[in-house]
This record gives sequence, structure tokens and C-alpha cells, in this order.
Amino acid sequence: MLKKIRVILAALCFVAVTLLFLDFSGTLHHWLGWLAKIQFLPAVLALNLVVIIALLVLTILFGRIYCSVICPLGVFQDGVANLSRKGKKGKYSYSKEIKWLRYGVWVLFVVAFIAGINALVALLAPYSSWGRIVQNLLAPVWQWCNNLLAAIAERRDSYAFYTKDVWLKSLPTFIVALVSLIVVVILAWRNGRTYCNTICPVGTTLSFFSRFAMFRPVIDASKCKSCHVCEKKCKASCIDIDGGKKIDYSRCVDCFNCLDNCKFGALKYRFAWGRKSESPEAAPADKTRRAFLIGSAITLGGAAIPARAQTDEDAPVEIQGEGGFADIIPKVAPKRSMEITPFGSESVEAFYKHCTACQLCVSVCPNDVLRPSKNFSHLMQPEMSFERGYCRPECVKCSEVCPTGAILKITPEEKTQWKVGTASIQTMLCLVENGEVEECGNCSRHCPVGAIHMVRKDREDGKRVMVPSVEEELCIGCGACENLCPARPISAITVNGYQIHHKA
Amino acid sequence: MNKNIDRREFLKKTGEGAAIAGAVAMAGACAPKKTVETVVANTVTNDGKDPLETGKMELRTNPGNGDQVSLLGYGCMRFTMKKDSNGKDIVDQDNVNNLIDYALAHGVNYFDTAPVYLQGQSEKAVGIALKRHPRNSYYIATKMSNQSSNDRKVAMHLYNNSFKNLQTDYLDYYLLHSLGRGGALGFKGRFEDNGVLDFLLEEREKGKIRQLGLSFHGDQKSFDEIIALHDKYHWDFVQIQMNYFDWKHADGVRNVNAEYLYEELDKRELPIVIMEPLQGGRLSRPAENVVNRLKERDPQASLASWAFRFVGSYPRVLTALSGMVYMEHLQDNLRTFMDFKPLTEDEKTFLDTEIADIMANYPTIDCNDCKYCMPCPYGIDIPGIFMHYNNNVNKGNFPRNKEQEEYQKLRRAYLVSYDRAIPTLRQASHCVGCRQCIPKCPQSIQIPRQLRRIDDYVEKLKQNTLTSE
Repeated sequence: MLKKIRVILAALCFVAVTLLFLDFSGTLHHWLGWLAKIQFLPAVLALNLVVIIALLVLTILFGRIYCSVICPLGVFQDGVANLSRKGKKGKYSYSKEIKWLRYGVWVLFVVAFIAGINALVALLAPYSSWGRIVQNLLAPVWQWCNNLLAAIAERRDSYAFYTKDVWLKSLPTFIVALVSLIVVVILAWRNGRTYCNTICPVGTTLSFFSRFAMFRPVIDASKCKSCHVCEKKCKASCIDIDGGKKIDYSRCVDCFNCLDNCKFGALKYRFAWGRKSESPEAAPADKTRRAFLIGSAITLGGAAIPARAQTDEDAPVEIQGEGGFADIIPKVAPKRSMEITPFGSESVEAFYKHCTACQLCVSVCPNDVLRPSKNFSHLMQPEMSFERGYCRPECVKCSEVCPTGAILKITPEEKTQWKVGTASIQTMLCLVENGEVEECGNCSRHCPVGAIHMVRKDREDGKRVMVPSVEEELCIGCGACENLCPARPISAITVNGYQIHHKA
Repeated sequence: MNKNIDRREFLKKTGEGAAIAGAVAMAGACAPKKTVETVVANTVTNDGKDPLETGKMELRTNPGNGDQVSLLGYGCMRFTMKKDSNGKDIVDQDNVNNLIDYALAHGVNYFDTAPVYLQGQSEKAVGIALKRHPRNSYYIATKMSNQSSNDRKVAMHLYNNSFKNLQTDYLDYYLLHSLGRGGALGFKGRFEDNGVLDFLLEEREKGKIRQLGLSFHGDQKSFDEIIALHDKYHWDFVQIQMNYFDWKHADGVRNVNAEYLYEELDKRELPIVIMEPLQGGRLSRPAENVVNRLKERDPQASLASWAFRFVGSYPRVLTALSGMVYMEHLQDNLRTFMDFKPLTEDEKTFLDTEIADIMANYPTIDCNDCKYCMPCPYGIDIPGIFMHYNNNVNKGNFPRNKEQEEYQKLRRAYLVSYDRAIPTLRQASHCVGCRQCIPKCPQSIQIPRQLRRIDDYVEKLKQNTLTSE
């Protein structure tokens, strides 16, 4: 019974969270957005005390329910394990806790977190991993299916579906996602929850609390006939029958697979608060307490992270050469002195400090502005660039979906008052300046805040022309000018990010 | 806007239609995306006979030389294209052959082409198709398309090339292409100062050109000037834009009322060739209430047939050109021109006044998709953007302001269909206003200004700030 409830809830959560990453229209976030916000690491990054405390209380009360119900990567592994022969027949066996790896990774994670090595943090965090896998590997398939429906809809004069551009947003991130998927699938296929119990830093953090869980599966040694069925069924490999009929609660994810399989009624999920820890290596109280305290400190404390980088170039492909049309050279991202982070992120530093690189914002960005950075210091964390579109004034989707507070909620009205960067003009590239056309002003015409003025200039050839000039204080850095500038491949007007965003 | 309902409805409909979906999808796959001159097929006339089988093509006599010309002329500006191995668009010759064979078999004998049509491929394709028939069974019309240069060499090259492409040693009808523009590239520059016209007149003497005429787009002053030259050069015929809308509703700046043009030419007893009888297809795809009015009057008649009968009803008209891309267009037009029935005076007034008045109230753009402006150096799909806009305006239920009923639904429909019709990079927002397109437009549309108008409109839709002016 407990297992059934667990399976149903887990499946619902899993599908819902996954859909969040697939639904590029952003409609589902209205109802399901909270599912991303109750993920552990996003809640920590958002300093969402209510969620953090609730999750910790949940863990202290019932064990690592989080890992088997809420965490999409955990549920995914259960699914994989279930498909493998081992999962069906139950051929697992107890394995000792690999301490050096488990705590080694955890320490590494914490150090990386404090030191601001976000690539590593994002690499290890389970929710981010799942987000990346879905965004990079599943979303294209989803979008192609959507495009097929859109094609059918077009034939039938329906506007229910519209075509979505499918493009590789960042190769490094794609490779990371692919490798993560392969590693997780192999581990889950062979040994169930190895990843969760040996690598996952969130699992390890929760384990500091789960070992004190009030409710937990308990073996009644008097009834147990040492048949090992439960041990063989345990994906977490944490039931040790031969070693004293003990369960390692730091690793138990409360999947309840063991309960129903015990023919002798020796396993019960029950209140067991205050009983002596039954983990094989019952840790001394002070040590566990220290672990608890460290865990709390890390969990609740913030961390200061320095951030600075240069943007890599990103060359989108896709030229449509139809008859009677001039070819359009694809835009190439310019070098930016500072990367541009989304409206609502307050500063580049704060953004990268809080972002867990889950790709939710990248998934919903309707203008193809957000993409994972290729820069090593925040690999996989998003940045803005305007080769395919610009940050449109009416859109605040990324701020609505961000679960970590890296992008704070803003309204379209607020958006036009914030500066995330400022545009500057490369005179040499401007088509009017270099004499290719007599007039243009496309940047000025499309600036949503009227920051670009067309001013008179006597060109070298003696002609008096109107050229753009940016009123820096008004410019908000939305990239409309950069995107719509006719100069190609590099725009004559480009945006550089602001280290600290402020009111325009 | 409730997207989910939309989607559910859509899926439901898709499901319901599953039985026929296969057939529909197959049909859809070959159906054209945009038809140039949409045709509602009227298979049989009211008396139950199909004129395609029993009818006779209406012929008009050219008083100048006695040519018996079919009232339906074949405009060869548009044909279906396909991609060659390099991804380049090439004309679908098999289709051209089919259409031209069918047209000839049904009495069409006037074929109008030009060196610039179909990205320069039209003359050759028409030449190949016609070469398979006796030379005396049709009339070839082509043009001196030296609009972009005053250089005599360019003109000579174009002229000689026309003979090569059309595989003939004489041309039946030869036109000075698109007169009516002033400035350096006006009539004087293109034809008089460089001696090209003198050369063409000699060619006419020699019989290499049987009939020398001109095609006209422009204002009344330029028309009067050019027609005044009739005494000097003796034009054999004149090609004008005429249809029931432009009869009285031309804007007077960029083009002249066809009524005036017709009467001036009629006075001089000059044979008239009609271009744009459908106003670039717009009269076959008018606003919804116009459709209703026309269908009320005659439920059987196709929308295009009204427009063709209008121009055909004027006796000085030698032939009316229609660009027929698909067999269905051709057949529908043949049904109109075989056993041709002229309009009554009452019907003429119905079209050129009543219907045209309604149409004049729609803010459409006068583009007829001739693609002379293309390719835009900045990659913009100018005619595509105008056609999409016009279609929406003509549907009558395009988004006008936020308070409008079903605004969100209309807004989505407009924006989604805009992205479908025009790739983002070719949309109006990328127009830099270089104005290179303006002199190329035979309708003298202020293209950058119109693109900007549409861009502003789209921007308001996107930002949800659309209010009625």
C-alpha cells in the first residue's frame, strides 16, 4: 500500500516536473511551477526557508521521501532500475557505504558551492541534471513532435500549435547532459540507487537528517528468518541481513519495496524515534550531530561567489535560400565585456551565485535569447545573447519560472525600468556610417525605451546622414537594436552586460 | 486566451477527422501554400453544359493586322518552381508544357512573357513549350525590360536574347516594358536618347517585330505624354492595368483610373491588352462581405469570373492576361472565356461602383505579388508580408483593438500565421528603409513606409497595446 502511494505520487511529480521543462509556452508553470520551487537545491539557492525547513522536517519525520517522490532524477532512476532485469527480479545485495566517495563528493560540492565553482555544483545537483537532460535531449524530440502538429494545424487553418525553432543552444551543455544521462542510466541499471547514495550531494545532505527519521522501515529481528528477500529487493543496497539485520537509514530512500515482500511480517514502516541507530556503523552521537549542524549551516547559509567571464561566440546555423530571396548571413555573437543576465537577476554575480543551471528559463524563453553559457566559470548557467531574437518588453517568462531566485519575479512594467546592460555602437560596422545605405535607423525605431537617437553626421564622402547614438542612461540592454541591426554577421550595435543591474 | 481549450478542440477535430485525414493530408501535401489567383471551380454553367468540352474561345480581331487573338491571354509571369540539385529554384518545365498544351487546345493563342519574369526563366520555358507547336498557331508577346539601365548594350542584349530564348525569328507583339516613370530611367532615357526605339522601329519595318506597343504603369500626366507620342511612333497596341476596382478607384497618384485609360485609347482606336484583370489575384480573394455580395448575385460564378467578364465586356480589349499557375486556374478561366457572356450595364455598375466602393474601404496594400521588388538586399519577403496582411484585412476579422470581441484569439491567429507565412528573419522588422525597392514597384507602393506600418501593427499586437485609432 505504502509502495503504491509512493509510486503514484512519484510518477505524478516526475511527469509534472518533466513537463515543466518541455512546455515552451510556459502555460503549465501557472499550475505546476511550485514543483520546481520545492526542489532542494533551488530552495536553498532561493533561501526559501519555508521549503527548506519543510523538506528537512519531512526527512526527519519520514526519511528520504524527497529522494523517492520529489526528486525527478531519483524517480527516473527507479524507472530505469525497474526496466532492468535486476529491478524486476530483485537481485540487489547489500553493499557497504563507500564513504570516501560519498563524503568526498559532498565535501567537494560544498567547497565548490562556497567557492562559487558553479559548473561543479550544477554538474552534481540532481534536479539540475534532470533539467539539463530533458532540455537537451528530450525537448528537441518534444519540439519536433510539436512542429509536426503545427504543420498539420497549418493545413487545417488552426492556430493551436505554432512551429518552434529547434537548435543546439550549447554544445558543452549538450555533452554534459548526454554523459550525465549515460552515467545515471548505467548506474541505475546495474545497481539501483548508487548515484543517490554515493554521489548525489543532496542525497548525502538529506542523509544527515534521515538517519534520525521518526518513521522508518524497521526489521523485527525476532520475526526475520534471514531469507534476504528484502535485501535483494533493496535498490539502495542498504539492508544488511547478514551483518546484523540492520538498515542504513542514511541511504534508505523510503521506496518501501522491502515492506510487502517480507513474507514473515518482519518489516514494518513505523515510529522508531529515539531508538538506537541501526545503521551498521552506528556513528557516535557527537559526530552525527556535527554532521547535522554542518548540514544545516550549509543548507541555510548563503555563499559569496565571485563571477567574471567573457562570452564565447555562438554561431547559429540555418539559412533559408528560397528563390528570389537574398541570402541572410547568420548573426554571430559579439565579444561582450560583461555577460548579460536576465531582467530580474539584479546582478551578474547574484545571478550566477543563485542559479543551479536547471535550464528551466532556457526552456521557456520564447525569443531564443537565453542559452547555457559555454564559459567555464559558469558552464551551463544561462546567459543572454541576441542572434535569434531579443528580450521582448512584454515577456517576463524566465522570471516567472526561476525556482532559485536567480531571476526574481518582475512585471513587464518593471522590466522596462531596469538596466541589465547598455548598447554601444561600432561605428565601422554601421551601414549608414560606412556608406552602404543612406538611411536606416532600424535600431532607433525598435528601441522600446527610446534610448537611441538619430543624430546628424557629415560622412566622409561629404553626405550628411543620420546615425544612431545611444543615450546610455535610458538603455536597458534588451538587445532589440542588436538583433534588428542589418549589419551581419556582427551587429553594429551591441549590448554589454552590467555587473550590477539598476533602475534606468 | 485559453490555449488549452484551443489545443483540445484541435485534437478533437483531428481525431474526428482521422478517417479522412489520410486523404486530406495527401491532398494538402500537393496543394499550393498561397495561390496567386484562387479559383472557385464552377464546373458547369447554369445550363448544365461544360463549356470546356463544347464551348468556343472568344476571339477578338486586331484591327491593325487582322490577327484573331483569344480574349484570354496567357500571362507567363508565374509558374510552379522546383529545386534543382544545387537547391536553386528552377521552373517546372513539365507543368509549363502541360498548361500551355491545354491552353492551346482550348483556343488560347496569346502568350505574354518578359525577360525578367520568373527570375529570368520565363522566356526560355515558354519557348520550349511553344516550340512543340506550329509557329502560326499562337502569338508571342515579350518585352524590352531595360527598366534598370539606359545602356543601349543592355537593351540589345535583352532583345537578341528574347529571340534565342523563344526560339523564333519574329516576335508578334513587342512591348516597351513598364513605361510611365519619369527621371533618368524614364521613357526618354531608356528609349529615345540611346536610340533603342529607333532600332525597334526599324525592326518593325523589317517584320522582326509584327506589332510594337508598350505597357504602362503611372500617373495621368505620363500617360498623356506617352499617348501623345502615338502620332510620332505609331503604337500598334497598349497594355494597361484594368479591372473593376481600378476602373474608378485608382488612387490617381500612382495609377490612373482604368476608365480614363480605356477611353483615351478607345478614342485613338488602339487595341488594348489588359494586365492585372484580377488586380494580382486580389479580386479573386476579396473581403468576406464582398464575397457574399458576389455569391448572392450568382452562386455558381467564381469570383475570378466576375473580374474577367468585366474586362472582356469592353470591345476595344484585344486580350486579357491571366497568370495561370495551376490547371484549375486555367480551366476556370477557360470556362469564362469560352462561350463568353459579356456583362450587362447593370452588372458592370454593380462591380465597378457597388463592389469596388466596399473594397475601397479596406486598408489593404495595392501589392499584386509581381515580385519586381525582389530580392530585397536585406532578405525581406516584401510581397509575402503584404499578401499576409491583405489576406487578414480581407478576412474582415483581424485584430483591431484590445477591447474587440475574441481579440486574444485573433491576435494569436495573426501572429502565428505571420510567423508561418514569413520566416522571422524576413519579416518587416528587418526593413532598414534603404528605399531600393521603391523604383522597382509598378504600383508605386511606398514599400518601406507600408512595411513599417505593418511592423508597428505587429509590435502593438505582440505588446498587447493595440487600441483603435
